[in-house]
Amino acid sequence: MFKDIEHLIRLALVMAIAVVAFIFVRAAVIPRSFGQYGHYRGDAIAEVAARPIAFAGHQVCEGCHTEVVDQKKLGKHVVVPCEACHGALSNHAEDPASVTPPKLDTAVVCARCHEANSAKPKTFPQVVTADHSGGIACDTCHQPHKPGIESSDKKVAEGKK
Amino acid sequence: MEITRRHLLLLLPSAAVAWKYVLAGTPESAPNYKLTEHWWGMLIDIPKCIGCGSCVRACAQENEVPDGYFRTWVERYHVADWKIEKPEVESPDGGKQGFPPNEESGGKNFFVPKLCNHCADSPCTQVCPVGATFVTPDGVVLVDKKYCLGCRYCVQACPYGCRFINPKTNTAEKCTLCYHRITKGLTTACCEVCPTGARQLADLKNPKDPIHEFLRTHTVQVLKPHMATGAKVFYNGMDGSVR
Repeated sequence: MFKDIEHLIRLALVMAIAVVAFIFVRAAVIPRSFGQYGHYRGDAIAEVAARPIAFAGHQVCEGCHTEVVDQKKLGKHVVVPCEACHGALSNHAEDPASVTPPKLDTAVVCARCHEANSAKPKTFPQVVTADHSGGIACDTCHQPHKPGIESSDKKVAEGKK
Repeated sequence: MEITRRHLLLLLPSAAVAWKYVLAGTPESAPNYKLTEHWWGMLIDIPKCIGCGSCVRACAQENEVPDGYFRTWVERYHVADWKIEKPEVESPDGGKQGFPPNEESGGKNFFVPKLCNHCADSPCTQVCPVGATFVTPDGVVLVDKKYCLGCRYCVQACPYGCRFINPKTNTAEKCTLCYHRITKGLTTACCEVCPTGARQLADLKNPKDPIHEFLRTHTVQVLKPHMATGAKVFYNGMDGSVR
């Protein structure tokens, strides 16, 4: 029945080599973590997670600046995280001696939140800075960590009673 | 060697520790973080947003987003009286420097911060031809920069317009939900700097997360629910005109 089967054996051999070569090439080309969690490279998750951090987080700030924490508790800015105004400072947190945060211009920083705008919530304190202060720095009158002026006076008055 | 009861008692705890190590996946990359224990989302409280643009600036700084491109941005809506279907929306420079005073008087005005919705059934990951974008086991949609071809299918597929091609790398880029921060126990950069708490990171798998109580007791929506994307950015107090 199989008289002249040499050519078939040759063909089978070639195909077997091709299949083995395909398996080896596939294993060499596809990253090992591909398919670990799904149809993607599993190592990519760790690569994205490896990015350095720019914003330290207010818990880190509060570890050292306890006097500011106490001061903020007296005013409405208690809910405002440090880096909302002071900017990203993880490099300062890592090396407080050599990296010092830049001094803020309150005329610019305060206006970002408190400049009047009809789209802002009605209950949020807003001023037209040109009318309110004529553009002078807000910290001339307000203490940014404890911004209320009246409330502090009231407390002094209540203390006298 | 004969295994006595003493041997077995010594063996069991060490085997348990070893098994836990195996289950944790790749422990060397994130020592105390387990992918399967989280399911991330975000809560956006529109009545609290003051449009200061802190989130947009923080995102750009934290993630080195190129100028003119945004992983998160803030829109200002103006709805004139009854014209709910035709709101006027503006977002100058993504709201990065805040918003100029409104010119239109009357009607309704409010801010809407936008970002990737980290959809559970995301259209963008389904169209990627090379497996370069995916939903992680903890529910964050990420891009594998090394695999991305820059073909822009995903940019077209996202119904929320949250993706762009980075002009430097020519690969797709998007909000990672600050994956490098949340895996280390921090909140995202945008949530960290939000002065009014309008943005809050939410872990939907953590039963102690206040998100569950909030979702139960408030009128919360997602964007484009009719597209069934499984969006996980929840908007509280959102007007019907928001697109």
